[in-house]
Amino acid sequence: MTGADTDTMAISRRGLLRAAGASAFAIAIRFDGAGAAIAPASFTPNAMLSINAAGAISLSLPKTEMGQGVYTALTMMIAEEMEVTAQSIAILLPDGATGRFGKVTQDTGGSTTIRECWEPVRQAAADARGALIAAAAAQWKVAPGECSATDGQVIHAASKRALPYSALVASAATMKLPEKTLVKTSGYKVIGKPQHRLDSPAKVRGEAEYGIDVRLPGMKVATLAQAPVFGGTLDSVNEAAAMAVKGVVQVVRLPDAVAVVADHYWAARKGLEALSPTWKDGTNATASQAAIMASYAKAAQGEGASAMAEGGLDAAMMAKAMAGATKKISAVYEQPFLAHATMEPGNCVVHVKDGGCEIWTGTQIPGSARDEAAKAMGVPADKVILHNRLMGGGFGRRLEPDYILRAIEVGKQVQAPVKLIWSREEDMQHDLYRPFYHDAIEAGLDADGKPIAWTHKITGSSIMARLYPQYYKGVDADAVDGSVTTPYTLPAQRVEFIRHESAVPTSWWRGVGGARSAFVVESFIDELAHAAGADPIAYRRSLTSDPRTQAVLDMVAEKSGWAAPAPAGRARGVALIHTWDTYMAQVVEVEKHPENGVKVVKVTAVVDCGQPVNPMGIEAQIEGGVIFGLTAALFGEVTVADGRIEQSNFHDYRLLRISEAPVIETHIIPSSQTVGGMGEPPVATIVPALANAVFALTGKRIRKLPIAKVLTA
Amino acid sequence: MTTVNVNGVDHQVDVDDDMPLLWVVRDVLGMTGTKFGCGAGLCGACTVHIDGEAQFACQTPIASVGTSKVTTIEAMKDSPIGKAVQEAWIDTDVVQCGYCQPGQIMRACAMIAKSPQPTDAEIDEVMYTNLCRCGCYPRIRAAIHKATGAGKVAA
Repeated sequence: MTGADTDTMAISRRGLLRAAGASAFAIAIRFDGAGAAIAPASFTPNAMLSINAAGAISLSLPKTEMGQGVYTALTMMIAEEMEVTAQSIAILLPDGATGRFGKVTQDTGGSTTIRECWEPVRQAAADARGALIAAAAAQWKVAPGECSATDGQVIHAASKRALPYSALVASAATMKLPEKTLVKTSGYKVIGKPQHRLDSPAKVRGEAEYGIDVRLPGMKVATLAQAPVFGGTLDSVNEAAAMAVKGVVQVVRLPDAVAVVADHYWAARKGLEALSPTWKDGTNATASQAAIMASYAKAAQGEGASAMAEGGLDAAMMAKAMAGATKKISAVYEQPFLAHATMEPGNCVVHVKDGGCEIWTGTQIPGSARDEAAKAMGVPADKVILHNRLMGGGFGRRLEPDYILRAIEVGKQVQAPVKLIWSREEDMQHDLYRPFYHDAIEAGLDADGKPIAWTHKITGSSIMARLYPQYYKGVDADAVDGSVTTPYTLPAQRVEFIRHESAVPTSWWRGVGGARSAFVVESFIDELAHAAGADPIAYRRSLTSDPRTQAVLDMVAEKSGWAAPAPAGRARGVALIHTWDTYMAQVVEVEKHPENGVKVVKVTAVVDCGQPVNPMGIEAQIEGGVIFGLTAALFGEVTVADGRIEQSNFHDYRLLRISEAPVIETHIIPSSQTVGGMGEPPVATIVPALANAVFALTGKRIRKLPIAKVLTA
Repeated sequence: MTTVNVNGVDHQVDVDDDMPLLWVVRDVLGMTGTKFGCGAGLCGACTVHIDGEAQFACQTPIASVGTSKVTTIEAMKDSPIGKAVQEAWIDTDVVQCGYCQPGQIMRACAMIAKSPQPTDAEIDEVMYTNLCRCGCYPRIRAAIHKATGAGKVAA
């Protein structure tokens, strides 16, 4: 027991304080290679964790932070298993590298973070704890099973001995790690408890570094114009005029774009104006919104691929089921193209050098973006370093590497680090948009008004087919999510998918397939409830036997005061989803509004997302998701004329403003069930809930978005 | 050469007269807390104070600033109102991505300087100009009330 006695201290909170290191509340947000966390690490049990000689724990965050709060939630999961506070952990935003976190991919989207990380991240921390316990047990010559960890120290209760992590890291580092240490399944001290965001202080002081804030010695700043018509190419530029602008140093011509490189953004922007690029518009020059919509309606006349497991019912079986109906109801719904409009426009810093490149940007896919960058450079991945930064919004926009590859195209021709900043107009007109969808849906009802047959044909772009052609078999699994498996018992059901593309490039957009499905399914269920003369909540409840679904409906009815009539001049609507392993119901209360047609007064949201990790984060995601969804439902529409996007900035792509934001009340159903996703569900639920409230208020069924346009037409 | 006073310090900058204050602050002075959002006065991400008034830095040519005093988010932690507002923002968990928040905070602070306990209607009227894509509006409102309630802000 050499040294053990002198290292041993009474069980106290000192271990915790020591583990917290010098600062109990980290202000700075740390990045790989930039004032890195708390080197030198004394014990590095795995790719996520390291502990220094002072016992301070550093977490290399395996997912990316774009506002959704994983910076806090994942840290809480680590804190729980390592028996420290979340505030005591130093968080590092790591560089991109495929496979660096084993089974956990750095790619962040689709409400997968908590679900994907729940086991492996807690396991990584539990294993670190197990190693520290083993080190203490060896020192004390007792069985590890007799020891436990608490407050940043290992204790042996029987002999009232304790050692802080700082006293154990050196020996833990040299030991063979014990086999899997069991993670907690109950008795949580951190998980499920409200935790303030850990990244707030840096953000409110303007000290947080986003991609657009990166500054390097000798760095130039560039901005660009891309062919306004999709598929167009650069024709001519007035390079001399651009070069005459003070501060402009270079013009970079690309096949379908041109960039002006300067000492600062303003010179680049003025240079780009002087450059007056002209374009060859190519084959999409006459593409129009009306023609695109007509092409979807036409494509929807065809037969789609069955999205049901093992094919589901064929047309003949469906016809037979439908024949037994006493009443049939059908509808066509359309959802527009949407831009992401992150507050931080597209940007990326790149320095092409030494047979490779170094990249600084904010991306939801640091690992795969680095691989894409290497491909574009024609070099192995280890010749590319991708430093990730905070993102001023993601919403799926930063799941695409296009703005990184664009910066590389420019950077290849610049003998210095260069920061390529997209103007807001470029950002809006060269997005990869939420797809336009055409949904044709029909139900056969029995004498009680309940669906006995249900057919749903979805026609739209397939993001999955573009990204994963090798796996694509005619059905976009994301686009049909929430359509194939609805919250309801549907005795005879057929769901088909028809892939149809237009000139408009498409990609992930917050809410993804589940949100596109929810608008259609939840609006249509409301139509059926109305046809049955039933209360919308009671009708939904009668179509499910799942107690968790029933519980969210019951609670949303109670909390929204559903049983009592809405105040004079107001009406309510409801929607329900069970997607991303989360159950959510929302009731929206609305009144008429002279300008927008409708004003959203109040939203009551009830969620069962399984075991909550950070209730405060869940509330924030619900509030934010509701407002994000309201923007889309009320105002969101991107349209095409002459082959180009018509909208260009926030004057014609409206976002909800503070004066238009409703009161939002959130209720979380306590649960210890499997964790569910949180980013998408509120977006998916609010849109049909609002549409159904509009119907209750005005008698107008919303089958086409955006609502303000429909109501004020 | 133009002289511009930012956060109490005079800076000499060699730029065109039409260069917006936003880019002088960000690209020339290297203070990146003030954000670029739209370049058109439509989103408020670039909000700074000019002689105490909230202004869009992206719409303010440097030549128009003259001898006025510019204050940016970087200096707000040193002012009583700024400190109270930032603390309320943290306590209320306002931020998500955080990109618009320097602008939101600058506009809120200018409002509070004139109206120490703004009503909901005043908040709507003043904060209307600042967009937040993450949808933090209910918490912005709550944080303003928190910062200005119970005499938290020094007069």
